[in-house]
Amino acid sequence: MSAPRVIVIGGGLGGLWATLTIAEAGHRVMLFSLFEVMRSHSACAQGGINAVLDMKGQHDSVQQHIVDTIKGGSYLANQPPIQSMCEDAPGLIRTFERMGVTFSRTPEGLLDQRLFGGVKHKRTCFAGASTGQQLLYGVDQQVRRLETEGKVEKQEWWEFLSLVKDADGVCRGIVAMDLRSLEVRAFRADAVVLATGGLGQIYAPKTTCSTNSTGAAASRVYQQGARFANAEFFQFHPTAMLGEDKTRLMTEAARGEGGRVWVPKDPNDRRAPLRIPESERFYFLEDWYPTYGNTVPRDIASRAIWKVTRELGLGVGAVGEFGAGEHGAGKRDVGKRGAGLRGAEEGSAGESRDRVYLDLTHLDRGFVSTRLGAILSIYRKFAGVDPLDAPMEIFPAAHYAMGGLWVDYEKDAATGGMKPGSPRNHATSIPGLYACGECDYAYHGANRLGANSLLSASYSGRVAGEAVASYLNGLEQGADAVPAALFEAETARQSGINERLTKASGDQNPFRLHRELGNLMTTKVGVVRDNAELDAALSGLREIEQRFERLDLGESSRWANQSLAHARQVLDMLKLAQVMAASARARDECRGAHFKPAFDLAIPEGKFPGDPEFETYRERWKANNAEWLKTTVAEHHPDGPRIGFEPVDLGLLAPDQPRDYR
Amino acid sequence: MQAETRSNAARINEPFAAAAKAPPDHGRETGASRTPDRADAASRTVELRIRRQDGPTTAPYWQSFRLEARPGANIVSLLMDLREHCVTASGEPVDPVAFEHNCMEEVCGACAMLINGVPRPACSALIADLETPIRLEPLPKFPVVRDLMVDRAQLFAQLKRVKAWIRIDGAWDNHERAPRISPQDWAANYLYSRCMSCGCCLAACPQFGPDQAFVGPASLAQVRLMNAHPTGRHDKAERLHAIMADGGLSDCGNAQNCVRVCPKEIPLTTAIGELGRQTTVQALKDLFGGR
Repeated sequence: MSAPRVIVIGGGLGGLWATLTIAEAGHRVMLFSLFEVMRSHSACAQGGINAVLDMKGQHDSVQQHIVDTIKGGSYLANQPPIQSMCEDAPGLIRTFERMGVTFSRTPEGLLDQRLFGGVKHKRTCFAGASTGQQLLYGVDQQVRRLETEGKVEKQEWWEFLSLVKDADGVCRGIVAMDLRSLEVRAFRADAVVLATGGLGQIYAPKTTCSTNSTGAAASRVYQQGARFANAEFFQFHPTAMLGEDKTRLMTEAARGEGGRVWVPKDPNDRRAPLRIPESERFYFLEDWYPTYGNTVPRDIASRAIWKVTRELGLGVGAVGEFGAGEHGAGKRDVGKRGAGLRGAEEGSAGESRDRVYLDLTHLDRGFVSTRLGAILSIYRKFAGVDPLDAPMEIFPAAHYAMGGLWVDYEKDAATGGMKPGSPRNHATSIPGLYACGECDYAYHGANRLGANSLLSASYSGRVAGEAVASYLNGLEQGADAVPAALFEAETARQSGINERLTKASGDQNPFRLHRELGNLMTTKVGVVRDNAELDAALSGLREIEQRFERLDLGESSRWANQSLAHARQVLDMLKLAQVMAASARARDECRGAHFKPAFDLAIPEGKFPGDPEFETYRERWKANNAEWLKTTVAEHHPDGPRIGFEPVDLGLLAPDQPRDYR
Repeated sequence: MQAETRSNAARINEPFAAAAKAPPDHGRETGASRTPDRADAASRTVELRIRRQDGPTTAPYWQSFRLEARPGANIVSLLMDLREHCVTASGEPVDPVAFEHNCMEEVCGACAMLINGVPRPACSALIADLETPIRLEPLPKFPVVRDLMVDRAQLFAQLKRVKAWIRIDGAWDNHERAPRISPQDWAANYLYSRCMSCGCCLAACPQFGPDQAFVGPASLAQVRLMNAHPTGRHDKAERLHAIMADGGLSDCGNAQNCVRVCPKEIPLTTAIGELGRQTTVQALKDLFGGR
């Protein structure tokens, strides 16, 4: 049998959608995944997926979805892909529904919709609070059906290591490692789709991301020449439940359904939250942003929580959550820099009053249980407290990469959107390599709106699949014609890396290096940024990378050696972390999730459009856009990332309106 | 090796009588009755006894470890701490324990294992709630890959066998909506659509195993789910025939272990009961004609 025509790497929503689309176009797909595909991180998405169905009598429109997405991302995303995504969203929902996805229903049996952040319309379809899981399973079932028809072949428990490129730089296949036998093998393919998800593990353990969301695969193709865009834009989700092993997401839908965020007005108030009367609570989001209230976009909410806890010293939280020792070290460093941290507690290792309440207790218990059951269960199990009885305690945590592999698109002059079926759509800068889902950078600009990620993952998977089908139709020479020596050389190179890591006999444990990486990124490339700290981050990252020379794998097994796979991932995460820090260092402004107070153009308090102070602000904001409204593009060089910029397509909505959610 | 697997499989049945009376720490009753904030609990030293196995064909052996469990720690976080410095209780440095993990919030199904004799996801097994020493074993009934990692390919093969999908013309938009579903039907279906294929129910089922043909409760529940869907119903007969064959529904011994251990509280035995009625009707239809 000839080589499978297409390799898809990653079996989350993006990868499965790409697989379905390519297989239905008649091409054989080999689907690679680190584990059984249904365990992918898409399963962790909770709140919902945006699509304008206008089910709630609010005169919602696709145009408004486009505008909300563009403004939510601080105008940084190219607008043609956003337009096409929003236009196609209702059709995607219809398709999911036909697959049998258990979307929550109205009394009439139609799709229910709820409110999410950064918008004013109920636009989010959902399946309880496990929407990602339900969507993932819907597509997983379809791919399983195609497997039985011989159209798809799964390679689960294989890790992608590198691309194989021909003399012209065209991607002709991959080298991968069997995570059980550790066999390193090359696979030919006429096209490769990377759908390997996010990179939140770079912030571990303070991330909502699964332990396999390392970004290693994206880093590997970056190191082989793929451009990486907008790496400095990383979302911190405002409402995560703190834990030492992981911070667990509490969906934005909790606020969309009426949940309120607050702290006691008196920082010394130690009463149980429900014994604090209404008048003594500070509902800071509602106070500062009366129009959007608790459903401001995530970057805004995260910074507000940061301000309340780190600058105003109004945080709440149990004593002793973060114990003494190195686990708490990074946290204390941050605390000491915070201007107003209460003196009495500063330096006290066991104390971490840096959380705020997310309160559902005023809502109808039955309503909350039906709509948010999945997160109630997570909170109960891991915190031992029922959010129906007491407010949850939450804090921002590393969540989602807006940035990712640079991907192309072809603009349709007639519609202003992406040209359907163009082989340029979702093509990376390496010919024959496509990217979709969280590992690309295309739709979210400087900040992603809630419930737009399940949409972009699904939509981009479908678009990448269509693009690959077009690419194959135009391909003159297949991978079969490429000399075997190329594949053998790359296989040998990758096996050599394994040999080197396995034989290394130093004193540096890969898991500990990972933890140091996470602490460094959390403290120095986090919610609030500063150039001196970013410089320190860059040298710190290089220092950790150098310590890989003294690696001790701590494991000699030649079978299912998880330390080997992890060490390789950490090394590649360090490369990607440098891209993030360098990109953040290069951007001297505040935009979306990238916040550098030294360059903040704050909206004048109490002033609105028409007020002279606001208009002066608007002019400064426009001048700043003239300098900084551009895509960051990183290219790999042996001595570190080279950062450049390219213009953004603003053809649909000119940046005249500053983001303002007050 | 074979004997070891069997004895392991037999041993697993014994805790379920107790589990039935006092469900493991994942019941609906959690919440108000629980410790108010388990993060307040102090760190403590715990002993882990882990059943290890270097590869699929090598003999299993036990090792003990003593390590500090930080407040709020669970089995996954403890195993993660252990891999940074993997030394047995007797001071011998050994290879880190291989295990699966991903979401760490009990939604991906990866980390299921046998914890103190009960199959359950390791991420939601909090140390504070477990009796020590804590015994960890690979999920029984599935071939061991290494240590606590097992191969659950069988589970996915069963999903193919029962055709656990809705047959659609293609994953393109055909501009048609699926038929309406009442909120009541949704609520019943949603219970089953949360199955994360962790395999706990199969590990606990006395009828399921490497030498038995039984399809197992997880796939049966998916038949229940697909048959209830307004268009999934079109292939109902085909799915029912798949579970009316050898190793199908009638192999269920009604031990009810599955429903006791399901971390998502999926009413597996209710599904099996409903399918019993569906297959009876189908048998009559097969006899007298019509679908």
